[in-house]
Amino acid sequence: MLDAGHTEEALLEVNNIEVIYNHVILVLKGVSLSVPKGGITALLGGNGAGKTTTLKAISNLLHSERGEVTKGSIIYRGERIQDQDPAELVKKGVIQVMEGRHCFEHLTVEENLLTGAYTRSGAKVARDLEMVYDYFPRLRERRKSQAGYTSGGEQQMVAIGRALMSQPETILLDEPSMGLAPQLVEEIFGIVKSLNENEGVTFLLAEQNTNVALRYAHYGYILESGRVVMDGPAADLRENPDVKEFYLGMSDEGRKSFRDVRSYRRRKRWLS
Amino acid sequence: MPVAFLNFMEVTMNGLMAGVLYALVALGFVLIYKASGIFNYAQGVMALFSALTLVGIMEGQVPFSHLINAILGTEIHHFGWHINAFFGILFTMVVMVGLAYCVQRFVFRHLVGQEPIILFMATIGLAYFMEGLGDLMWGSDIKTLDVGLPQGGSLAIENLTVGLAAEGARYYGMYIDKLDMVATVVAAILVVALVLFAQYTKQGRAMRAVADDHQAALSVGISLNFIWILVWSLAGFVAIVAGVMWGAKSGVQFSLSLIALKALPVLMLGGFTSIPGAIVGGLIIGVGEKVFEYQFGPMLGGATENWFAYVLALLFLVFRPQGLFGEKIIERV
Repeated sequence: MLDAGHTEEALLEVNNIEVIYNHVILVLKGVSLSVPKGGITALLGGNGAGKTTTLKAISNLLHSERGEVTKGSIIYRGERIQDQDPAELVKKGVIQVMEGRHCFEHLTVEENLLTGAYTRSGAKVARDLEMVYDYFPRLRERRKSQAGYTSGGEQQMVAIGRALMSQPETILLDEPSMGLAPQLVEEIFGIVKSLNENEGVTFLLAEQNTNVALRYAHYGYILESGRVVMDGPAADLRENPDVKEFYLGMSDEGRKSFRDVRSYRRRKRWLS
Repeated sequence: MPVAFLNFMEVTMNGLMAGVLYALVALGFVLIYKASGIFNYAQGVMALFSALTLVGIMEGQVPFSHLINAILGTEIHHFGWHINAFFGILFTMVVMVGLAYCVQRFVFRHLVGQEPIILFMATIGLAYFMEGLGDLMWGSDIKTLDVGLPQGGSLAIENLTVGLAAEGARYYGMYIDKLDMVATVVAAILVVALVLFAQYTKQGRAMRAVADDHQAALSVGISLNFIWILVWSLAGFVAIVAGVMWGAKSGVQFSLSLIALKALPVLMLGGFTSIPGAIVGGLIIGVGEKVFEYQFGPMLGGATENWFAYVLALLFLVFRPQGLFGEKIIERV
């Protein structure tokens, strides 16, 4: 790889993995990526590109959906982690925030956060709870309300806060912008950024909102139908004409109106 | 006080206490259903099995003695010891935890993510398996269970209430079963303990988290296997308590497993997911059927206790399907 960000120590390395669901459906066809320590790495692509599957392959949540990694390897700090329980991974510092929030609806906000500390014990838990409340003051106000009745933005904060309670080294963040107002999306990403800078948390985030993701990430991978089709530093990707056209909705003449899209030339495929 | 009113009171009291016993069975259902979404048809058989095991252990019976004797041609039936109730219950608990582990390890671990109906069918299979296992291990004869619980009516209450009736009335005081009173106290303690456990401990919180969202629980590092074994063990413990109470009341025999059927209407009333709901539902059913029988039984030809609970449950299904305390289905749009 040519870029500077990649010469740093790679914390997580995914080498050419294949994922098959239900023994027949091939979803990932050889995805490789590497996540440097202390960076924000974005995984971009449309619906069904394989972003979520990649994250779940890493955190080993595929099993409950009848998926499995059939080829390739996933290395974390030089150790293969494919066959480890999600619980073991959480103890090692890798935790996933799932797409669509997945709060425990009938638990209060505070109880939700405390479940994040399930694998730990001791007095530090109380201190971390305060830290989470400092990052998400809104959660402090709503600590006693049932998570199911909080807003979408608050649920996303609960989900991220809950992951933080496990004292993670790496957070796999799946589509944090899903279903949120643009202002909230900025707020969430702002917090991700400050967590990255102040707490040194490494992020691998899957996002459809290419525009926001590339503004906050350091490095990006673009996935299409289960393959990585392009990667590079976020700043380069932002300037890449193809990315601009296909993912950011911009062309040389600036923003296109919906009317022009009809006569838009067929989307260029890197593969097929 | 008029005698009719006193009689009504007595019926109500007895109804409440019968309700507690129903609630004990329903509790076991709620625990498992809440944490794993499995409707455990085998709960009643678990109560039977635990009562059989308790009697067997206390009497020093050799498990599988018929089988052993048939194969080896020996004549052993008893170890020749008697163990007191406390240690008997302790050993039974160990057996129930072992059972919980086996159920999880050999049955439900292979069925993760399957349809609820498939899980339900698995529990039906489990019920028949455990019934057979109980027979094979301890024999199928009716046994008496004596763990030292008081039997018969309470004389104190009879003496206390006999003076309440008007002077010269033919009234002999209330009949309240002492065993029922003990059962009520035990059930109350059990419920408080379970609620405290679920609300305020780490494992209890994890249990509720698993109940809400399996995948999310997995993602924060909660081991589903461990929680499910824990829940089945708790249900096993509740089954022991129910088995002891019912066993002491009516002997340890096959019909003990049928109390599970009485727990169904209790669950529909109280809600499948609420521990307090199981208790309140049990009380309503208990009082309801006794009072109904007392007031309207003679008009309807009696035996209303057989169907009253189910009709009540049916009405609830129509007007309040989640039960009195069932979790409201939270759905954000």
